[in-house]
Amino acid sequence: MARIDTETTSQIVKDHNGKPELLVQILQTIVTRFGWVPPETVRQLAEELNLSRADVHGVVEYYHDFRTKEPGKHIVKICQAEACQAMGSRQLTDYAQKTLAMSMYDTENDITLEPVYCLGNCACSPAVMIDGKTYGRVDESRFNALLNNLRGDK
Amino acid sequence: MARTKIYVPRETAAVSVGADEVALAIAQVAKKNGVDIELIRNGSWGATWLEPLLEVEVDGTRVAYGNVSAADIASMFDADLLSGGKHERRLGPTDEIPYLVNQDRWTFWRCGRINPLSIEDFELHQGFRALKKAFVDGAEAVLEAVAESGLRGRGGAGFPTGIKWRTVANAEADQKYIACNADEGDSGTFSDRMLMEGDPLGLVESMAIAGFAVGASKGYIYLRSEYPLAHSILSRAIETARDAGWLGENIKDSGFDFDIELHLGAGSYVCGEETAMLESLEGKKGIVRFKPPLPALEGLFGKPTVVNNVISLASVANIINLGGERYAGMGVDRSKGTLAFQLAGNIKRGGLVEKSFGVTLRELIEDWGGGTASGRPVKAVQVGGPLGAYIPADQLDTPMDYEAFIGIGAMIGHGGIVVFDDTADMAQLARFAMEFCAIESCGKCTPCRIGSTRGVEVIDKLIEGVDREQNHELLVDLCDTMEGASLCAMGGMTPYPVRSVLKYFAEDFASSGKK
Repeated sequence: MARIDTETTSQIVKDHNGKPELLVQILQTIVTRFGWVPPETVRQLAEELNLSRADVHGVVEYYHDFRTKEPGKHIVKICQAEACQAMGSRQLTDYAQKTLAMSMYDTENDITLEPVYCLGNCACSPAVMIDGKTYGRVDESRFNALLNNLRGDK
Repeated sequence: MARTKIYVPRETAAVSVGADEVALAIAQVAKKNGVDIELIRNGSWGATWLEPLLEVEVDGTRVAYGNVSAADIASMFDADLLSGGKHERRLGPTDEIPYLVNQDRWTFWRCGRINPLSIEDFELHQGFRALKKAFVDGAEAVLEAVAESGLRGRGGAGFPTGIKWRTVANAEADQKYIACNADEGDSGTFSDRMLMEGDPLGLVESMAIAGFAVGASKGYIYLRSEYPLAHSILSRAIETARDAGWLGENIKDSGFDFDIELHLGAGSYVCGEETAMLESLEGKKGIVRFKPPLPALEGLFGKPTVVNNVISLASVANIINLGGERYAGMGVDRSKGTLAFQLAGNIKRGGLVEKSFGVTLRELIEDWGGGTASGRPVKAVQVGGPLGAYIPADQLDTPMDYEAFIGIGAMIGHGGIVVFDDTADMAQLARFAMEFCAIESCGKCTPCRIGSTRGVEVIDKLIEGVDREQNHELLVDLCDTMEGASLCAMGGMTPYPVRSVLKYFAEDFASSGKK
């Protein structure tokens, strides 16, 4: 994923009318588009929103969505919550980590693997989200098929 | 000749199992066959186990086809789909599907039925009728109807909505707010999402009614970021309502101003707690506030604020249309009206079942749900999300009633029902409850922040068999501390699932991980 530049950051702040109370929305916009929040962006946001760096840093650190490490091109989230556990998400998670030869939060070969706690797809468990799209009834073979699709468009 | 209408849900669960591909295939095959159809992307009826559920309208009747895949479409057209022709996927008329027939659809009655983004379709189905009635009857009548209905907060806490609204209405302030909690983080719950995807304008209308009743000109929806499709549908619905003059200044010449701002969460479970949500809406860390002051008096930006769950709000329009008394006539004792139960986890027929309170857990799981998906016996059922107790199979005859559930040390919460079969490792689930609390704790109070981590450690020792008696006692003591001394339900209720495992499934600590 690309790294956000200073002009784009300023533009996003402007789109939110420079309101500090929209910090969470501003960060969400940044992460949706660029995947993560680099340290220099924290500094710039603090300046432009007239907040302390500690304030912005605190908010970034608090929320799971606001990554401070650059993710891969594709983000694969596997639901870990109870409804998915009831349908084997723990086994699916083990399988995913083994197949991809990586652990949760790692980035390898353009793929970042992350846990997520409920995608609201609990009647189609286990659920997985890939690049913002939710998939249900994901067994090992469906997981493989979804990954092959990703590899196809690398 | 009018074009034949074909409905394919644009709803997260349906899309997650191929509804978009089905819709695409329909468009392609129709084009290839040279037939002109109208493809409508509706919400889901809630029979999730049948998704993708395709419907075709034949002489005013909608005929359903279940578990359709893109590969079926060509053969369905060959089998005269447009006349509701026979096919192995055909279920018959939608309104005869037993799963849907036997429900009490009050809040979800439009869901699945209408095109969620069409104001015309919404208005054809009584849309904005309640808001217009509110303008005529006045704020006081709305407050009375909501109080009379006995509606209680559907987010989980079950606080009487009428009292909350009255408190905000009576508060004097230059600005008041309606804050809709759409941070549906509990595992096993998806009714908020289904409503926002299937009847978003219904939520918009009810929020406007709430604003009118209490004197608030601004509403916020705090939507979790895990729901990107709901976000897209809801933002379009809000814009559509604004363009049609149902949001904004002087709505339909009523003299009432109301607008809605849609905010996204950022993956924090505790932001579903009302005060943490308000902090997050103010752009800060989602750290729980002390209460009092109540948000009804000092809420968002310090102003009087109605904080209601999506379903609480969305239930209001029909309370205004049909009367509070009618709503109160459903349900049992102090649990009035209906709840949208969500059948999830290891269940054969998962989905959403809106039913009056008083229905038993067994009826929901067996009659609607058809038992476990695996076909194995039910071992435990977690009701009310990750903070809800694990209910053993011999208590399934408990009626769904706030007080009856408190009586068995459980809670109904947001109505999520997660079924586990006999292969479930309950010790690991107890451990997960503590682990989840440790991951999601906002960190403000010690029992939750530190207790949860200690809880994981003690449970690990129990599983390993280290000083089992002492550690059992220690875990009970820790649960007492967390329950009694935490600031909010996160730390205060994490002990519920843990205690229920200690009480009903204690043998799993010895056998955990050894199967």
